[in-house]
Amino acid sequence: MTLLNIKNFSLAINDKNILHNINIKINAGQVVAIVGESGSGKSMISSAIINLLPQGAELSGEILLNNDNLLDKTEREMCLHRINDLGMIFQEPMTALNPLETIGAQIMEAIKLTKPKIGSKDLQKEAELILEAVEMKKSRFPLNTYPHKLSGGQRQRVVIAIALSQKPKLLIADEPTTALDVTTQAKIMKLLLKLVKDYGIGILLVSHDLAVVADVADHIVIMKNGKVVEQQNTITFFKSMKHSYSKQLFAAAKHKLFEKNVSVCSEIILEVQSLTKEYDLGNKKTLKAVNNVGFTLKRGENLGLVGESGCGKSTIARCILGLEKFGKGKIWIGGEPFYGQKELRHCINVVFQDPFGSFNPRHTVERLVAEPFYVLKKSLTNFEKRVKVAQILKLVGLSDEDLKKYPHEFSGGERQRIAIARALITEPDIILLDESTSALDVIIRNQILDLLKDLSIKLGISYLFISHDLTTVKNITNRVIVMKDGAIIEEGLTAEVYKNPKHEYTKSLIEASPDITRAIRRKEENNNENTL
Amino acid sequence: MKHFSISFIVGGGLTTLFIIAAILSFFWTPYDVELLNIKGKFATPGFEHLMGTDHFGRDILSMVMVGTRNAIAVSLIAVGIGAAIGVPLGLWAAATCMNGSRIIDELLMRGNDLIFAFPSLLLAIMITAVFGPSIINAIIAIGIFNIPVFARVSRGAALSIWPKEYISAARVAGKGSTRISYEHILPNILNLLIVQATIQFSIAIIAEASLSYVGLGSQPPDPSLGRMLNEAQTMIFFAPWLAYFPGGAIVALVLGFNLMGDGMRDILDPKLRQRSETGKASNDAS
Repeated sequence: MTLLNIKNFSLAINDKNILHNINIKINAGQVVAIVGESGSGKSMISSAIINLLPQGAELSGEILLNNDNLLDKTEREMCLHRINDLGMIFQEPMTALNPLETIGAQIMEAIKLTKPKIGSKDLQKEAELILEAVEMKKSRFPLNTYPHKLSGGQRQRVVIAIALSQKPKLLIADEPTTALDVTTQAKIMKLLLKLVKDYGIGILLVSHDLAVVADVADHIVIMKNGKVVEQQNTITFFKSMKHSYSKQLFAAAKHKLFEKNVSVCSEIILEVQSLTKEYDLGNKKTLKAVNNVGFTLKRGENLGLVGESGCGKSTIARCILGLEKFGKGKIWIGGEPFYGQKELRHCINVVFQDPFGSFNPRHTVERLVAEPFYVLKKSLTNFEKRVKVAQILKLVGLSDEDLKKYPHEFSGGERQRIAIARALITEPDIILLDESTSALDVIIRNQILDLLKDLSIKLGISYLFISHDLTTVKNITNRVIVMKDGAIIEEGLTAEVYKNPKHEYTKSLIEASPDITRAIRRKEENNNENTL
Repeated sequence: MKHFSISFIVGGGLTTLFIIAAILSFFWTPYDVELLNIKGKFATPGFEHLMGTDHFGRDILSMVMVGTRNAIAVSLIAVGIGAAIGVPLGLWAAATCMNGSRIIDELLMRGNDLIFAFPSLLLAIMITAVFGPSIINAIIAIGIFNIPVFARVSRGAALSIWPKEYISAARVAGKGSTRISYEHILPNILNLLIVQATIQFSIAIIAEASLSYVGLGSQPPDPSLGRMLNEAQTMIFFAPWLAYFPGGAIVALVLGFNLMGDGMRDILDPKLRQRSETGKASNDAS
């Protein structure tokens, strides 16, 4: 039975065409995934269904929910539909909950909308049931828990619980796991699948990563520039995709192992010795963010540092960069002890995660990229600086014309190139990549990874690549360190660790990271079971 | 293309008018403000004297022009003092707060609170009472109570910029807090400070008028809007125009700066700008 039928739907905002002639069907108990890069208009579809479009939107076509056109509805009628039929899960769980109210109050508020006459005891019971349904145990997470006590994944569960509490027929999940770690992502996806089975609802899943949705989706819709370029049943799609863009996405979702022969060089350029960092939590309690961590990085080697958020990997990064004072331990750069002094800073630089927050919006690219020159003893003339900046920009795939532009004129991928240029400008020995590709779309991510690979081979720089995703790290490092709760639990050559993980946690990390070939295999097995 | 809001146009227009009048008063006023003409006292507003004359026969329009000039000069210097001392203090407090040594931050901000705790006008009266009534002391007094306002605004705004990754990148490049504050923080909080300055400016105008009203601002024979009001008080029943015009000038000046400040906030704050643009677009569509 068709639950939602989007027919010849087009959308323009302020006379700019966003969506062209979209046709998508969702059946009850089916997961339909819309996949495309940012700006492809995929999120606009979900906003259009729930009628939360920005002002100035002009619509044509039909969106039928149980043969009832949602586009004809007044705001008041739409409210009823939002209460009774539609549920929405947003991308950012950290801001989707009201920090001043308990999770119970927020769930009960939602239930009350569907059942205005419910008694307070029944209300509580129902809220508890819903929390159980999203696998939040009552003993650990009572209704009077405040959102700030929960992690990102737990908050996303609460958001799902709120959406579920109204027993929607259609659940719209717009990048529900993009802000989460891989392990959490895998759990949330599993939960969504279970909900489809238990409640028989339809799910519209929006994502930029084919590998993430391959496991759960029954039907895949590929979008580009506001058009549907291909849509198929998942299994047929992976067997016989036709459009070149689908193939491109598919290739991007596949990860290759990094091939770089580390020129056997024993020179150690970075050494971290029993680093310990404690945070004072007040009440005489301390949190050991990093506990007795030690490792070395050789010249020309690429080392990965993997773990879920809160494991202390970013703290290590900040200590190595001299941004944070550390209690015990030592950091040696090029054989000299480093504690943030200016003299050693030219040896190390960094590329951060957020391509939008890493630049002063009021400076030109020339000034931004030239900033690390400040650290050099010898000051360069403006002309020398400009020549060097132009060279570096060419190296990362930008042109001289970009010198005078401001950061907002670039896309996320281009900005990350500028960030790499800034990191390279003083010819450092080490570049620290702190989740540098996790904010990017898959295709752009692969381009940046390719660029990084090229640079590391060309210039012989070492990377310390910090990430929560083992597959990304696998793509670019020779050696990998796995961290959990502030300590190292496994260390070894990347290929080795990936093939034979020794620690349980590493296994679960590998299992959780989205892998498209594995997903397809699993999908086919399931299918065969069903047909047998 | 920028769309200016009505409040910005009205406020900007009023402010420009007063600034032109103030500048003009340097070169030309209809009559000499120090010239007494007892014969022509209490002339009603008319063709010869647009705003009438006072009990000494002085031309009110000329006095309002010069008084406006004085008020603007006092406020400008006072707000300048407040910003010149307050902003660096605020930036310093934010930098120390972000770099671990919270003691300096605490000391600075609690000192701020101490100044804030005094009602601003009372503080000004206290200062001028101690050091003697003069226009310089009025400027210093108004300047002092502007310091904590700027310190607090710039500290708060700077704290929101500090955690950004481009600040970390600048620190990785070896730049110290002073340089970062000046190169990265200040340009990014400047719009907030400009808006705050316009608001402080209108408050300073009122403060100057109040101080002159109680006789602690500029001294005779320098005309001042506040003192004109004070003098008009006893004659308000038979020569009400003596109060109307300087009073009206104060109100219009303050209103002008407030409206302009509001309008500027809309223009300088990109978030608000976007909202007003989409709002406009929807109006166009409908």
